[in-house]
Amino acid sequence: MSLLEVKEITHSYGASRSFWRKKEVKPVLSSVSLAIEEGTCLGLLGSSGAGKSTLGKVILGLEKPQQGQVIFQGQDVYAMDAKSRQQMRRNLQVVFQDSYSSVNPRLTAEKIIAEPLENYEKLSAGEQSRAIASLLEQVGLSSSDMKKYPREFSGGQLQRINIARALALKPKMIVLDESVSSLDMVTQTTILELLQDLKTRYGLSYLFITHDIRAAYAISDAMAIMHKGQIAEVFQDKDAVFTSQQPAVKNLVDAMLPEHPRYRNAAAPTEAKKLFSR
Amino acid sequence: MTRIRTALKGKWPFAICSGILVVFFLVSILAPWIAPNDPIQVNLALKLMPPSLEYPLGTDQLGRCNLSRLLFGARVSLGFATLIFVASLGIGLVIGTLSGYRGGWIDTLLMRFCDGVMAFPNLVLVLGIVGLLGPGLWQVVVALMMVQWVYYARMIRGMVVSMKEQNFITAARISGSSNWKIIRRHLVPNVLPPIMVMGTLEMGWAIMDISALSFLGLGIQPPTPEWGAMIHEGTSFMRSNPELMLYPGLMILFVVISFNVIGESLSEQFGVKRRY
Repeated sequence: MSLLEVKEITHSYGASRSFWRKKEVKPVLSSVSLAIEEGTCLGLLGSSGAGKSTLGKVILGLEKPQQGQVIFQGQDVYAMDAKSRQQMRRNLQVVFQDSYSSVNPRLTAEKIIAEPLENYEKLSAGEQSRAIASLLEQVGLSSSDMKKYPREFSGGQLQRINIARALALKPKMIVLDESVSSLDMVTQTTILELLQDLKTRYGLSYLFITHDIRAAYAISDAMAIMHKGQIAEVFQDKDAVFTSQQPAVKNLVDAMLPEHPRYRNAAAPTEAKKLFSR
Repeated sequence: MTRIRTALKGKWPFAICSGILVVFFLVSILAPWIAPNDPIQVNLALKLMPPSLEYPLGTDQLGRCNLSRLLFGARVSLGFATLIFVASLGIGLVIGTLSGYRGGWIDTLLMRFCDGVMAFPNLVLVLGIVGLLGPGLWQVVVALMMVQWVYYARMIRGMVVSMKEQNFITAARISGSSNWKIIRRHLVPNVLPPIMVMGTLEMGWAIMDISALSFLGLGIQPPTPEWGAMIHEGTSFMRSNPELMLYPGLMILFVVISFNVIGESLSEQFGVKRRY
């Protein structure tokens, strides 16, 4: 059984009704099905507006889909009572793209990471601050950063704090919604390495939502390509992405910038992967 | 000294006005101890006296010490303006947060009610409420509160609506926080500071409103000293003793200007727009 199964999700946003026009419905997802196995990472790729982030919200239990089911650990996320949903939440965490807006600017790093711990683990003050210190060290920060405010961190450091918060409850799965997309290349690489490391250490599963095929390739075990609200293709073998003849997939692969500008014309999709597989 | 000077660079109006307000607040607290005479002690033999050692600012038409009345008047104006500010902010915070956070029909209902209140000029509403409740200081305070909270509620509701879409609220929910905890820990602490700035501006208005209503004879009742009421009483002696109106008028002027200048410079710093 898969850790997470998404079955035939269909969802649309209703555009707000004006005085004389009828409600317009904007379809976002149409019969999307996916599965993520325990301890693996699924890269969910697609251009802007493909419905990736909406799918992420649906999976997190934040947006009830109009049709379809989300099955996490064998239970339907939208058919749970409040108590089991609360339990589900601790196993399914999230890291967003914009690290600055993901943290309350008025709380210290310690308080930010403490929030999930307060809600689920009833720790004593000493245990809690030890837990936070060890979380900070796991994500590559030092325990002396505890008393700092978000404005004192860089984007990459703040993203590490977001990861620490997601990690605090030892979840089964983390949804990474464009989590590295707003970082520079060097920081991206280090964060990806950190995520990779945490995944093997704790047997985590990731849903890695991105438009950046390189980042997805670097961390994913399998890849799914979304296009206009539908899954265009799923690749269990991620290398197959570069040879796919699917137009939506080809577009994404072709749009990828080569590592070095002079290869731009030479970089046919089939060879592109050599350029960044080190 | 140089450190203070650099810290205050370009903020002199702010510093001076804060100083004035601090003095006024101190005076209003310490009024019973520093006032030279009893502010309601009538002595017709000493009416309309020029300044003397015993009565530093002279006496009014009933022989009461002007200075003492001004000092005690500060108590009423500042005290009740603060009360109105705190109470209407409190009501506005509860209603605005509820409305913005819950959304749906509760939001529509509360906000249409606010729109209804805002559709009338403030003073008309206040006069109407005071007319219903009867004249008196507490009635004025209640009336002003009932009108003022609407503005806080609307503004807080708008801020809550935009803030609840932010990622850190979603992240808090994913972290398993309850609605109450999200409101207490994330929404209110982020909403309050700019609202406090707006409140500083409102304080000036509250003082003016209290004085205006007392001037009209609806607020404080004699013999309790209050600046607006003192101006009103002084009108009969405008030609012979203009200082009876001048002193309380100047007090109102100083306090309101100070609140406005402070509010302006704070809102400049925090990027908050004022409503008038």
